[in-house]
Amino acid sequence: MTQDLFIRLPDDSQDDTVSFSFNGEPLTAAKGMSVAAALLANGKHVFRHTPVSGAPRAPYCMMGVCFECLLEIDGVQNRQSCMTSVAQGMHVHSQDGGKDLSGQLINSELEENAQ
Amino acid sequence: MSDRVDVVIVGAGPAGMTAAIKARELGAKSVVVLDEQTSAGGQIWRNIEHASRKISTILGPDYVAGAKVASAFRKANVDHIDGAMVWNITQDKVLNYVRHGKSYELHAKTVLLCTGAQERPFPIPGWTLPGVMTAGAAQVLLKGNGVAAAQPPVLIGCGPLLYLLCWQYLRAGIRVGAILDTTSARDYLQAIPDLGSAIRGWRYLKKGIALISEIKKEKIPFHRGVRDLKLSGDSHVSSVEFQCRGTTERIDTNLVFLHQGVVPNTQFTWALRAKHRWSEKQLCWIPDVDETGQLIGIEGIYVAGDGRGIVGANAAVYQGELAAVSALTKLGILSRRKGDDAIMHIRKKLSREVAVRPFLETVYKPQDENRIPVSDSVTVCRCEELKAGEIRQFVAEGCQGPNQAKSFGRCGMGPCQGRMCGLTVTELMARELGCSPTGVGYYRIRAPIKPITLAELATIEEFPSS
Amino acid sequence: MSTVVVGGGLVGSAIAYGLALQGETVTILDEGDVAFRASRGNFGLVWVQGKGDQHVQYASWSLQSARLWPRLAADLQRDAGIDVCLQQPGGYHICLSDDEMQERANKLSRIRENLDQPYDYQIYTASELKRILPEIGPDVVGASHTPYDGHVNPLLLLRALHKAAIVRGAAYRPNRKVLQIKHSGSSFRLETDSGDSFTTDKLVIAAGLSNRELAEQVDIYVPIKANQGQVLIGERCKHFLSAPTTYIRQTNEGTIQMGDSMADMGLDDRTQNEVISTIARRAIRTFPILGTLNLVRAWAALRIMSPDGLPIYQESRACPGAYVFTCHSGVTLAANHAYEISRWVFEGEQPDAARTFSNARFMEHSSS
Repeated sequence: MTQDLFIRLPDDSQDDTVSFSFNGEPLTAAKGMSVAAALLANGKHVFRHTPVSGAPRAPYCMMGVCFECLLEIDGVQNRQSCMTSVAQGMHVHSQDGGKDLSGQLINSELEENAQ
Repeated sequence: MSDRVDVVIVGAGPAGMTAAIKARELGAKSVVVLDEQTSAGGQIWRNIEHASRKISTILGPDYVAGAKVASAFRKANVDHIDGAMVWNITQDKVLNYVRHGKSYELHAKTVLLCTGAQERPFPIPGWTLPGVMTAGAAQVLLKGNGVAAAQPPVLIGCGPLLYLLCWQYLRAGIRVGAILDTTSARDYLQAIPDLGSAIRGWRYLKKGIALISEIKKEKIPFHRGVRDLKLSGDSHVSSVEFQCRGTTERIDTNLVFLHQGVVPNTQFTWALRAKHRWSEKQLCWIPDVDETGQLIGIEGIYVAGDGRGIVGANAAVYQGELAAVSALTKLGILSRRKGDDAIMHIRKKLSREVAVRPFLETVYKPQDENRIPVSDSVTVCRCEELKAGEIRQFVAEGCQGPNQAKSFGRCGMGPCQGRMCGLTVTELMARELGCSPTGVGYYRIRAPIKPITLAELATIEEFPSS
Repeated sequence: MSTVVVGGGLVGSAIAYGLALQGETVTILDEGDVAFRASRGNFGLVWVQGKGDQHVQYASWSLQSARLWPRLAADLQRDAGIDVCLQQPGGYHICLSDDEMQERANKLSRIRENLDQPYDYQIYTASELKRILPEIGPDVVGASHTPYDGHVNPLLLLRALHKAAIVRGAAYRPNRKVLQIKHSGSSFRLETDSGDSFTTDKLVIAAGLSNRELAEQVDIYVPIKANQGQVLIGERCKHFLSAPTTYIRQTNEGTIQMGDSMADMGLDDRTQNEVISTIARRAIRTFPILGTLNLVRAWAALRIMSPDGLPIYQESRACPGAYVFTCHSGVTLAANHAYEISRWVFEGEQPDAARTFSNARFMEHSSS
């Protein structure tokens, strides 16, 4: 698809912009948006590939019910991106297949990173 | 063991906020609202406290009406815990929730479940393709994020929310590619008997008619009585095919919004082992409650709002009040006489609000073929990628119900915990077994009501006192 | 000659399958969809290690079944077209304290001493174990291992047994809970809750928790109680655990299964926070990477427990031709049930190895 599917409507509010990355690519979004909305607004259409068959998936319900919007966010895999607010410096990656436990940081390392 | 909280409310939508306001007003000492979202409003009034004026104008007066309730909620001095995901609830009114990576336990004297509704699944060929979303998703993008379609989307299905979305998009200056309405003339005819009671809700009908005529004025392609829906594409949706008035038609599109009504979120009530009945009219499970919303057989736990049957925001508000009044009467905080008076009063207002429902339910009854896939190749369980044909095969091999279907093929065992496939599986198996959905039942739902991590489960702290 | 098997769980369907394989006319009577199905709460281990410490014949019975298991898996693949994903790479019992390690070593040593056949096992220190299972955490002290252990997909197993039995000629009648058994002469008449009745020469009662009351009607004493097992199931993950362990295993489709507690409960199959918190903590101590694992489901399944935890296999003395078979490890013993137990019913000859599981061991000590 060459055209964007979604745009952020220009409006009267002066929301701050945050910078974050998706699969290493630097992107920006208005503060307060969900990660899922931020990615859709930035033209990202496929979020993950299923662990069962590798089928491409993207958000369906945007309200935490369908579990299609799963992404790796700041080192933690399989997070519902529609239920997570985008934040400055966030690192987001597509979720390809099941969770890679060995490739993921454990809780104590995540806590350290957060500090 | 900490003291029990007078009233714990799950959900901060119309019902939840109103119940909280009422409970405090009537004298409850402690009211805690556990809200999964980061700010109050639920789904219909999502982000009401932060929405820009422009967005509010686009969304319309029903949305803006929520601002008053949200403001009263804020002033009511209740303990609003945002980002709290409830994963367990017992009949003994003990709740567990996760917030910011930690798990807590809360003991209540009364619980009000105001967890609302979700979109009805729409299992048609291609519905799992990227670029296919629900009308509700489109509204979340608009309300919560100020994001709208950049290409003309195709809206498919039936029901007031579909037309509302189209109307909101028009106000935002965004073109809608087409509306494929699955409602047919026959549906209108069948709804005539319900028209009588609908007239009591004439304001609602008037609103709907005005909405539809505005849409028609814009000359958006509007196809009625659409059948045989099929979404196609490789790694993204690229077109929709359908039958209309005897001809096959096709529209190229990269964005589809599906909607065929909303259904109660019953995960909590099933987890509580509450009794449910299958409603042939609403085509979903409804928890058994008394006139004030208390679960039959479970003392002190109420359901208010869309969670006890789809009624809309205005009715949800009254149900929230009803539950709060009943709860406080039972707690002895409100006198029996005052309580009974108030209940009678509220129920009168409530019956006016729900008068139009039977009519809407009949007119906008989702078509059989869009609830029970005709084609065997349609994905029913999105998480575990099970197709309709495989589930039919389970039945042929002796599978008796949804819980056995889990054993047969992991159907319903993925992260969504049956939310996207439960209704489809119940109806599909009932059809194959030649019995009613009541006979077939529903998935056994247990804690965790939503997935939580092991680390979040490993230590459960007592509810922090504010 | 015909046999009715009461109960379509793991025990009943394994026996029914075995009978069908031998050419017997079999009817399986099963309850409905939400029966207190112990079989659906099974962990899936085909486990030998540590069993039979107080009763060595149980160790040999388990070993025998583990050895017969590949045959069962192959037969099910052939007859049902279902691969139950049997893997027998050996299993680990991971220890989180020195006391646990010592107790483990002692237990296995005792079993080896009492057994009249070879009993292979190894004790690993933490550093040795780390080379095999690199993901173990710093709290792990070591583990015991035997080559006999394995695991299988328990839900696929149940489905495969049903299907294979039917393919081999068994009749499967669901929604028929047996309410009454009447014995007259050499035949049995069963009344079910759907209104119909069945008459048969041979009767196998394998109805899990209903065994006690049903067996009473053919004069067999079966002192079983409900025992609650808890299983937590995590999301699908990329494979990291190549062998099963006593409390944690990764299934063929990648989900992580954790359990199991042995709390004595009544007929309440609700999960308990304290128990599942304990399981979660143990899992994280064993494999710290499980901390971020999303828990998708938690079972609290009721299991069948006899006073000594061992199977009860008994033919009625007053009504010969009626049998009851009940056990806790329906998965491990499925192979024995399919071949050894079914042969007992078919030919009327009790296998020696099964004699020790007679209910006589309870009647000597029973009061009243």
